[in-house]
Amino acid sequence: MSAATEAAAIPITVDFSGGLEMLFDNQRRHSVSLPAVDASGKPATIAFLIDHLCRTLMKDPRAELFVLDNHIRPGILVLINDADWELEGEEAYEIQPRDNILFVSTLHGG
Amino acid sequence: MAPALCANCKTERALIKRPKNHAKLCKACFIAVFEDEVHHTITSSQLFYPGEKVAIGASGGKDSTVLASVLKTLNERHGYGLDLVLLSIDEGIKGYRDDSLETVKRNAAQYDMPLKVVGYEELYGWTMDQVVETIGKKGNCTYCGVFRRQALDRGAKMLEIKHVVTGHNADDVAETVLMNLLRGDLARLSRSTSIVTGDSRSEVKRSKPLKYSYEKEIVLYAHHKKLDYFSTECIYSPEAFRGSARGLIKQLERVRPTAILDIVRSGEDMARLVPGESPSSCACKGQKRAAMAPAEDDVGGCGSQNGRTPGNEMAAMDKQLRENEANEGLEIDVGKAMSESKMSGSEKQRDLPIRSGNGASKAVPRQVRGNCKRCGYMSSQDICQACMLLEGLNKNRAQIQI
Repeated sequence: MSAATEAAAIPITVDFSGGLEMLFDNQRRHSVSLPAVDASGKPATIAFLIDHLCRTLMKDPRAELFVLDNHIRPGILVLINDADWELEGEEAYEIQPRDNILFVSTLHGG
Repeated sequence: MAPALCANCKTERALIKRPKNHAKLCKACFIAVFEDEVHHTITSSQLFYPGEKVAIGASGGKDSTVLASVLKTLNERHGYGLDLVLLSIDEGIKGYRDDSLETVKRNAAQYDMPLKVVGYEELYGWTMDQVVETIGKKGNCTYCGVFRRQALDRGAKMLEIKHVVTGHNADDVAETVLMNLLRGDLARLSRSTSIVTGDSRSEVKRSKPLKYSYEKEIVLYAHHKKLDYFSTECIYSPEAFRGSARGLIKQLERVRPTAILDIVRSGEDMARLVPGESPSSCACKGQKRAAMAPAEDDVGGCGSQNGRTPGNEMAAMDKQLRENEANEGLEIDVGKAMSESKMSGSEKQRDLPIRSGNGASKAVPRQVRGNCKRCGYMSSQDICQACMLLEGLNKNRAQIQI
């Protein structure tokens, strides 16, 4: 990673709940420094974040519990600063500094 | 993208997009609408009477936690006059239920409700850990499901309560409708759609006030109200079939969010075609009081599985769906055919042949309720399912001891 892209990292917080924390070191909140642009130089989006989390943060080999066919698994809700991602453009939403992204699973029972 | 404003109050920023109608709502309006809709379900189905003692089947999970919170709120807001108690089942699964029971204990304090815990060990002499040790992981959900059903009833009886509410949501009902459809079990499909189960003979009735609530909204309600719930998976392998049905429902929701409530309503409509089975649904559609369906023997298990479905299985189903879509032109117009048959003066309800279960041996159109000769629990057979399963288990234990 070049110094330029490292400098252009976006600081965000990512939360996992509803059972997803078990895939990420049993920890609910993570501070993430997200590269500002993806490999092709486009601004970081939610799609890029999801890929980034799978590559760098996930401690569990069961990636299919989080991602199916390169998209977030149906049944997992994504909230961008507490708003349903459907209101924010879903995967195409461009991540802003200090955003909070919450992934919450509806799939786990009690 | 400019933040959208709430479609209701038009002042606050919208945070929720409702799956049932795509309405964009702010946090406060969403919470109000969610509660109002549960209130509507309760009043239109006349689920409760003033002064009724009601046990909330509480697991510590999202659904029962939201149910307890909403019922407490509505009971106070609308003066239902209910006496609410939390009733929890301890299946005896270390590292799973012992943790979630801690959540239920906190809920009891948060909602100021008494808590009763009944355990499989005290009721049956077996914990689920011991059952799995004896029979293995395969099929253990059946034992757990049968035992839980009775355990809730017995717990309610200990508390002298005749009504247990459970946190089953619209996704759960849709999933069960789909499973029974795929099994060709119309009789059970009919029972599973009913908001109230347990006939006049059974001493404890069951109802599901969240029957029309989306799982998505339940999770969002819990999130925005900051409710304390526990989410983990049962450590024993979930049923593959239920998992597949769940996975399919979630995929459908992604492309067409209204599909979930549509499946629930289709289930209710199909229930009306089953002779002798009562349709459920709200009184606004004509009925005075929600009719009771005989108790649903959801042998299937706990309905709390995550669909741990391998992706390729869903892809295969998806492919099948697309092929079906391509064949759509070949279908008969059922609505037209039915209205024609109505016009020709046929009876309102035609006796359709019903298959129950998956073989001739189970082809009983209606269950006749009696009592188990061994434990006295209500049962359609001489010996109830729990006693049958226990007999097998106890034989195994005897063998192991020898």
